[in-house]
Amino acid sequence: MTTSSSADNPPESSPFEQRARRALEYLTAPVAVILNYFGERAIMLGQAMGALFRAPFRLRLFLEQMEFVGVGSLPIISLVGFFSGAVSAQQAITALRIFNQERFVGATVGISLAQELAPVFTGLMITARAGSGMATELGSMRITEQIDALTTFAVDPIQYLVTPRVIATTLIMPVMGMVFNIVGLLGAYLFSIYFEHIDLGQFTEQFTYWTDPKDYIIGATKALVFGLTLSVAACYQGFNVRGGAKEVGLATTRAVVAGSVSILVSDYFLIDAFHILWPYKS
Amino acid sequence: MNQPPAPTSHTAAPGSVPGPGAGNPLAQRDERWQIRVRGLNKTFGPQHVLRGIDLDIERGRTNIIIGGSGQGKSVLMKHLMGLLHPDSGQIWVDGVDVVPFTPAEMGKLRRKFGMVFQYAALFDSMNVVENIAFPLIERYKLSRDEIMERVRDLLRRLDLAQVDGIEKKIPPELSGGQRKRVGLARALIDRPEILLYDEPTTGLDPVATKNVDEMIRRTADDFGVTSVVISHDMASTFRIGDRISMLHQGKIIVTGTAQEVLSSRHPALREFVETSGLVAPENGGGQA
Repeated sequence: MTTSSSADNPPESSPFEQRARRALEYLTAPVAVILNYFGERAIMLGQAMGALFRAPFRLRLFLEQMEFVGVGSLPIISLVGFFSGAVSAQQAITALRIFNQERFVGATVGISLAQELAPVFTGLMITARAGSGMATELGSMRITEQIDALTTFAVDPIQYLVTPRVIATTLIMPVMGMVFNIVGLLGAYLFSIYFEHIDLGQFTEQFTYWTDPKDYIIGATKALVFGLTLSVAACYQGFNVRGGAKEVGLATTRAVVAGSVSILVSDYFLIDAFHILWPYKS
Repeated sequence: MNQPPAPTSHTAAPGSVPGPGAGNPLAQRDERWQIRVRGLNKTFGPQHVLRGIDLDIERGRTNIIIGGSGQGKSVLMKHLMGLLHPDSGQIWVDGVDVVPFTPAEMGKLRRKFGMVFQYAALFDSMNVVENIAFPLIERYKLSRDEIMERVRDLLRRLDLAQVDGIEKKIPPELSGGQRKRVGLARALIDRPEILLYDEPTTGLDPVATKNVDEMIRRTADDFGVTSVVISHDMASTFRIGDRISMLHQGKIIVTGTAQEVLSSRHPALREFVETSGLVAPENGGGQA
C-alpha cells in the first residue's frame, strides 16, 4: 500500500473552516454577481469612450446613429409627449379643482414634464424603439460573424459599432426630451384651455412663474444619463450574444428590461440628488 | 507514405517546439512553408480543444484542414488569423512568431490575410460595392475612382459583373453562391497573401458546391495566394486540395497529398473517408 506524504498533499482544512468558507462564499456570491454585472458594462463603456479619442474618427457612423435614434424616434416621442401632457393636465386639474386652484395646472404640468415625464418617458420610448433595435442589430451581426469580419479587417468592433451608438444616444436624449417637453406642453395647453376652459392668462402666468431653467437642466441631465445607461445596456446585450436567433431575441428582451429598469432606478437617485442641490421653491 | 499517428511531410520533427532566436529554423522565411504551427494548445474552460497542434501551410497552394464537427477546425483557423490567443504554442508566419504580437502588430499582420466566412458574413447595412470596398475604405485614403476600379475588376474576375444590378444589391438579395463570391471579393480586395476559407461549401447544393470549388481553385491560380480551407466536405477536399491535414481530437493526425491521405490507415481518417462514400469500406475492398 502506498501512502502520500504530507509534503505532497496540503493539509485538509477542518470541517469548521470548510463550513466557514462555504458561508463566506454564500454571503459574497450576490456581491460578486452585482460587481460582475456592473463591471462588464463599465469595461465596455470604458472601451467605447477610449475609442472616441483614437483615430479613425467616423463622423458618418455617429450621424447615422443620431438619425436612427433621434429622427427615427420623433413621431413616437411626439405622440407620447402630446398625450402625456394632456393626461397630466387632466389629472392635475381634477386634483387642483378640489382646492379650487385649477389655475396652477400650467405650473404643475410644466415642472413635472421638465423634471420627470419628459426624461423618463423619452428614455423608455428610446429604449423600446432604438435600444431594442441596437441589441437586435448587434446580436444578428455577432451570430452571422459580421463582428468577426470587422476584426479581420483590423477594425475595432467596439470603436466601429458601440462608440457611435453610445455617444449618439447620450447626446440626442436631451434634445428628444426637449421635444417631448414642447409637445407635452402643447397637449396640456390644448386640453386645459379648450376642454377644461382654464384661463389662458393664468395658465401661462403660473407656468412662467413656477418653472425655472433649472427644471430643464435637471431634465436634460437626467436624459443624458438615461441615454448613456440605455445605450450601454443595449450594446452590451447585443454585442455579447452567443448562439442563434433565439439568443438574439432574448438579448433584445434583456436590453429593454435592463434599459427600462436602469432608467427608473437611476431616476430616483438623480432626482434626490438634484433636490438636495436645488431645493423646491416655497 | 504517412502512417498514423505521426503527421508526415513536415520538415520539422512533429511535436518539436523550437524556441525563438538564432538557430531556430522556423525563425526565417521559408520558400515552401508560409505558416508553421508548433505545439498549439487552447482550452475553453474544461474543454481542451487544441492539443499540441503541429501544422505546416504550404505557400501558394491549397491547404485543406478536414475534421468532424467540434474537432476545433474553426478554432485553429481563428488562431491563424489572431482572432484567438493560444494557451501555449507558436504560430510562425513568414518566419515570425506572431503569438506574442500586440493588438496593433496583429492588426498590421492581418493585412496579409483575407478570410471568407462560412456564410460570407457580409455587412447587411451595405450594398455589394460597399461590402467589397470596406477594407480599402478602412485602411487607405483612395479616391472613389480607384476604389471602384478595383471593385469592378474583382466583380469581373469572379464572374459577378454580369449579374444585373449587382453593385447596388444588398446581401439579402443575393443567392448563396453570389454571397460567397462577394465575400471572396471582399477578402481579395486588399490583395492578401493568405486566404482562409471557413467551410466554404456548407449549405450549398452540389452545383453551387462545384462552382465554389472552382472559384477557390481559380483564385489560388489567378491571384497566387496561399489558401487554407477548413472543410468537412470530402468530395470538395479531394477536388481542390494540394495538401490535406486531418484534425482529430485536437491534433493533426495525418498530413499529405490527396493520394497519401486516401491511402492512410489511421482509423479515424478511414472512417471519415469511408463515411463520405469516396472510398468503399475496408471489407468492401478498394477505392470507389
